[in-house]
This record gives sequence, structure tokens and C-alpha cells, in this order.
Amino acid sequence: MRWGGVGEERRRSPPFRTNLLWHEVLIQQTVNGVTRGAVFALIALGYTMVYGIIGLINFAHGDVFMLGLFISLSYLTLLGMATTLHGWQLVTVLPLVFLATMLTTGTINVVIDRVAYRPLRHAFRLAPLITAIGVSFMLENLALIWKGPAPIAYPDVFPSVDILREWVGVDSLLFITTKDVLVLVTTIPLMIALQYFVTRTRWGKAMRATAQDKETALSMGIDVEKTIVLTFFIGGALAGAAGLIQGLYYNIGMWWMGYQAGLRAFTAAVLGGIGSMPGAALGGLMIGFLSAWSDQYISARWTNAIVFSILILVLIFRPQGLLGERVPDKA
Amino acid sequence: MRRWGWLGTFGAAVLVMVATIPMDATAQQCPKGKLRIYTSWPMQGAMIPEGTGMKNGVDMAIAEAGGVVAGYCLEIVNLDDASPQTGKWDGAVEAENANKAVADPLAILYIGTYNSGAAKVSIPINNRAHMAQITPANTYPGLTKKQGAAPGEPEIYRPLGFVNYFRPIPADDIQGAVGAKWAKRLGIKKVFILNDQELYGKGIADVFEATAKKIGLAVVANEGIDWKQPDQKPILTKVRASGADLVYLGGVIETGAQVIIRQMKEVGLVAPRVRFMGPDGLLEEELLKGATCEVAMATEMRVTFAGLPFEKMKGVGAKTYETYKAKFGKEPTSYALYAAEGGRVAVDALKRAAAEMDRAKDITEKREALRKAIATTKNFEGINGKWSFDANGDVDYDTMSGFKVVKADSPIGCKFQFETILE
Repeated sequence: MRWGGVGEERRRSPPFRTNLLWHEVLIQQTVNGVTRGAVFALIALGYTMVYGIIGLINFAHGDVFMLGLFISLSYLTLLGMATTLHGWQLVTVLPLVFLATMLTTGTINVVIDRVAYRPLRHAFRLAPLITAIGVSFMLENLALIWKGPAPIAYPDVFPSVDILREWVGVDSLLFITTKDVLVLVTTIPLMIALQYFVTRTRWGKAMRATAQDKETALSMGIDVEKTIVLTFFIGGALAGAAGLIQGLYYNIGMWWMGYQAGLRAFTAAVLGGIGSMPGAALGGLMIGFLSAWSDQYISARWTNAIVFSILILVLIFRPQGLLGERVPDKA
Repeated sequence: MRRWGWLGTFGAAVLVMVATIPMDATAQQCPKGKLRIYTSWPMQGAMIPEGTGMKNGVDMAIAEAGGVVAGYCLEIVNLDDASPQTGKWDGAVEAENANKAVADPLAILYIGTYNSGAAKVSIPINNRAHMAQITPANTYPGLTKKQGAAPGEPEIYRPLGFVNYFRPIPADDIQGAVGAKWAKRLGIKKVFILNDQELYGKGIADVFEATAKKIGLAVVANEGIDWKQPDQKPILTKVRASGADLVYLGGVIETGAQVIIRQMKEVGLVAPRVRFMGPDGLLEEELLKGATCEVAMATEMRVTFAGLPFEKMKGVGAKTYETYKAKFGKEPTSYALYAAEGGRVAVDALKRAAAEMDRAKDITEKREALRKAIATTKNFEGINGKWSFDANGDVDYDTMSGFKVVKADSPIGCKFQFETILE
């Protein structure tokens, strides 16, 4: 196993023989779709959790994801690790940065709730929606002032190894790298842990109770406000993790990416059934596939149109989303 | 700021002396009277150096003719189209300048503007008055042609239907054509074109595509990308699957060209298999920071640049460069020599139009005579070589320079280095 120095190694190995065959293209684009979709799913979870509990579409969520990328970059720089990590660094520094980023973005999300949503908890329902849009603009401009208008390079922290070629030894034209694996081994456990937390723990029970009926939950002795704070914290932490993964995987970040990613993730949440966590994950993956396939087989300029057409079709036939439950009094 | 202000004043004082000496000496040699040339571009704040440079250029051209052409004494009136409040060009001020010029019964020519947006305002005003306008700096294609233009352009700038706006500087879209020829010279066989779906980027990409097809370079696709998307791997995978050996991107750094370049390496798009090329919107140090030097060099990134760097010019260009430096004691600004070129074009056209102007009944007919003469400028000895105006008022030469990213001892680690002259 060789870690690092990938650029040189890849250049030494012979360049791909010919064009990719059709099934190789399909597999490659599916890999692109899975990784892209996993990031969407992680962001979508934050949308769906907050919506489930207070019925708010938190438009600032995508921008918390964007901040997650820049914050993780700052931590890496602070630790002097803004280069390709090796061996022990991967198992020490990287989890540490993950943890620090998630704590920070979780806290940011809690602060956003405290400042912009909590005072409006009992107000007219559209009021927090508008403040959410306002917060989104504020965060974007904050990042613009902080990092400037141009895209920022994210260092190649995680070594990228062409697994099939360099580890398995197959002379394949497919590019499945350690980075693709990284996305999956970070997002899937996070999603499983979240599902476990919500369905198996006391706090999770409190969250579900609050989501179902705030007043009754309150009368049962559940601290509803604390539960909401917890929900925002977890949502923010997941967005932060997604930001870090985005940075490690795509190696670039820009101040406007929160809007686009947020829109796609929100779409994923609605597609899967807003309020449903497995639905958010499924919706994220589906949008990942669909957009990657559309880029390949149709045209990149049509991708947004295609993704949203499919969303409309699904909603016409299944208004509650793929895995959503019918809750007529809530929608 | 202060330094420039002082230099500007000093430069202007020198210029007034330079410009007035020949005119005084030849005051009695104006048998046909006086004509005025108006100039208009920003002369405030950060624009003082460039504004002064262009003013120097025009002054130099008129001084070369001794201030008198075919019996007419020429006087230059410099106007500023920046608003004092913002320090930037302002449509209202530009309109005021153009109206002032057309209302002057001695005004024969308008040289300006610096900003393409300002030209959109003044071209129609001058057009209605049959007044020719020459720009030293506008490169937006839509001002003169359909290629790379918005709907309705350029006709909306020509209310009377004829061309009165001329530019002795190549428009942005020419870079697409030159880029395609360069790609062929580099041995490229098959190109995948991407564009950011914006006016500048798509315009250049479309011209690249058309030229590539004409010269036998295979084009896989000319695809618009969703530049707001931070993940361009699927589209780059498509490039890889197509077997193209060049990625040409019509874009600028503001629309995330960095993302495309940065992720090329991630999907295995690196030299010698695949290279990268783009227009001068990418010729910015900021791009190298975002895309990283490692990837820019791995893709052998190349960019085209309209015109030649002054120090690489030959013949008339080299002489003009030397004369300018000797006369004004400093390096010309980016567009100073193009302002000189504009002035020389006017002097040349004035000589050819003189007979018709002598017969003209009023100033409008005089302006029309000059406009026609400028439009028929042929085989002009310019700073980038010999050229003619085409039917749109554009130059027909396509001399450009090619830059390549190379390793450098700078904090970033690489830089754009002049590689070749492109025609």
C-alpha cells in the first residue's frame, strides 16, 4: 500500500489506452453520483430534521455547509496540516478536524436559531422563513468578506489513490479512488448513527415527540426548547461534516456554493419526503445519480431542469415524497 | 493616489507644452480653419494612469502630424466620463460628453470610450450626428458584431443604419479563433469545449468551435456548464470518456474556471493525454491560486491574450513603443498605444477625406466624409502589423500572444509566461 505522491505515480503509469467503454462510463458516472449524492444527503438531513421539528425550511442551512468547508480549512491551516496527510496523521488529525468542524458549525446553527428563529417561534409561519433567507445572505456575505470573491483551493489533504490500478493491480480505465471511499465511510456511519440516535435514545424520543406534537410533548415533561436546540446542533454538525467532506473530495470552495448545494439538498429532502430521515438520504442519493447521469447523457446545461422535472413528477404522483408519511394537518 | 495625482498633473503640463508648441508655430498655416477631436474616458481615481496614458497616445499621434492635417488645424478636447461621486464611468456623464461633442460645430471625431458599457451610450448619439467614434480600449464583441453579442446588437447602436464606431483593437471573440489555430499547432486532435453560458465565455467558445471545425480539429461538444456547482466531476468524466485531448474553457475567473481546472486532475485529465486552454479572462494570478499551480502545470495550461505585449512588437509597434517611452518618460499603459493607433487612423483618414470635406456644406457632411474615409481604412501600418477595417468596423488582424503556466519563484509557485506570437 502506498499513500501519497499520487500525482507522480499516476503520471508514471501508462495513460488510459482508449476511450472508456459504455459500461465503464456508466459505472464511473454512478460513482460520481453516489459521492455527490452522499454529500447532498448529509445536508438534506439537516433540512428534514429542522422541518420535522419546527416546520421551518431553514434556508441558511446550505450556507452553514459552505462555512463548514472554510472553517475546516482554517483548522487544517491552524494545525499546519494543509498538505497531503500520511499514515498516523490520517487517523489523528483528520478525525480531530472533523470533530472540531462539526462542533463549530453545530454551534453556529444553534446561534442562528437563537438569534433569528427563536424570537419568532410563535409568530406567523412565514416570518422565520424570511429571516432564514436573511441569515443565508448574511452568511454568504460573511464568507465573501472573509475569503474574497474567487474560489479558494482546498489542499489535497486526503491522499488520492487509484484503488483498482494501484492496490488491486487491475489495469482498469475506471477511476475509483480512496477519496470516493472516504466519502462513503464518513457519510454512511454518520447517517446510521443519526438514525440510531433518533430511534433508540431518550433524546431521540424527545425529538420525535416534539415533532409529533409540541404541546403534548411539553405537558409530558419534555424540554421542547432544549430539544429544538439539539436538533439545530445536530443539523449544523452534519452540514459541517458535509462541508469538510466536500473540501476533501472536490478540493475547492467558494462563497456561493451554499446556495446551490442547499437548493439541491432541499430538493432531495422533499423528494425523499420532508420530515423523513431515510427519505432525505434516499433523495440525496437519487439526485446525485440523476444529475451525474444527466451531465453525461444529456447535457450539463439541462441538468437542473431534469432534476426538477423528476421532482415535479414524483410529487404529482406521491405528494408526500418517496418515503414520507401522509400528515394532512402538517403540510 | 497622491503620487499619481502629481504625476498626472505634471504629465498634463508637459503635454500642454508639447501639444501647443507645434500648433502655435503652425497657427498661420490653417487655411481651412480648425477642427476638434473629442476624447472621453475616466480620468479619476484608479483610472488616472490609464486615462493619462490614452491621452498621451492621442496627443502623440496628432503631434506626429504637426497638429495640422490637409490644411485643418486639429485641437483635442479631453473629457472625463466618470462621475465625481463614484469615480467610475457613468452613463449619464458619457451621454453628456457625446452630446457636447455633437453640438460643437467644429467637432469632427470622437475618440473613446474605455468601458464597453459607456460605448453603448455614446455610439448611438454619435451615429445620429454622422460622427465617427474610435475606441482605444473596448473589446466587448456586441458593440460591432453579432458574434458573442446580445440579441439586437449591434444594430441598436446604429440608429441611422451605418457603422460609425471603429476599433483598432481585436474584440474578445477573436481569441476563440486564434485559440483554435494554436491548438492545432500544438498537435491537438480532438477538443472538448466548455463554456460558462455568459456573454464573454460563450461568445469565445462559439468562435473557437466554428474555427476548429473549419481547420479540421474535431470538436466533441461545446457544452454550457452550471458554474455555480462546485462539483464538476461528472462533466469532466464525460470529457474523459470522449477521448478529447484538449479542454477549452470559455470563461472568466468570476465564473469558477478554477473549479474546472482544479478537478481535471481528479478525474485523470492531465498532460500529455489532455491539456487545457482558455481566453484572457483566465490570465489572472487569482486563477492560479484557486486552481493550484500543481494542476495548472499538470494540464500544461495555456491562455491567449488579445494583441501583443508591447515589448514583443515589431516594426511600427516597436517604434511607437520606443517613441512613447522617450516622449513621456515611462512605460505605456495597457491601451496607450491603441489610443495612438486610433489617432493615427484618424489622421490618415482625414488626409483621404480632405477633398470631400472641402466641398462639404456643413459640419455633418464633413463628419460623414471622415466617417466614410475611416470605414475604408485599408492596409494600415499598425502597431500589430498591417490591417484593414472590416464591414463592422473591426480590425481584420488576429495577432495575439500565447501564454503558458510555468514554474516560478513566487509565493504562488508559478506564473503565466509569454510563449509565442499567434496569428
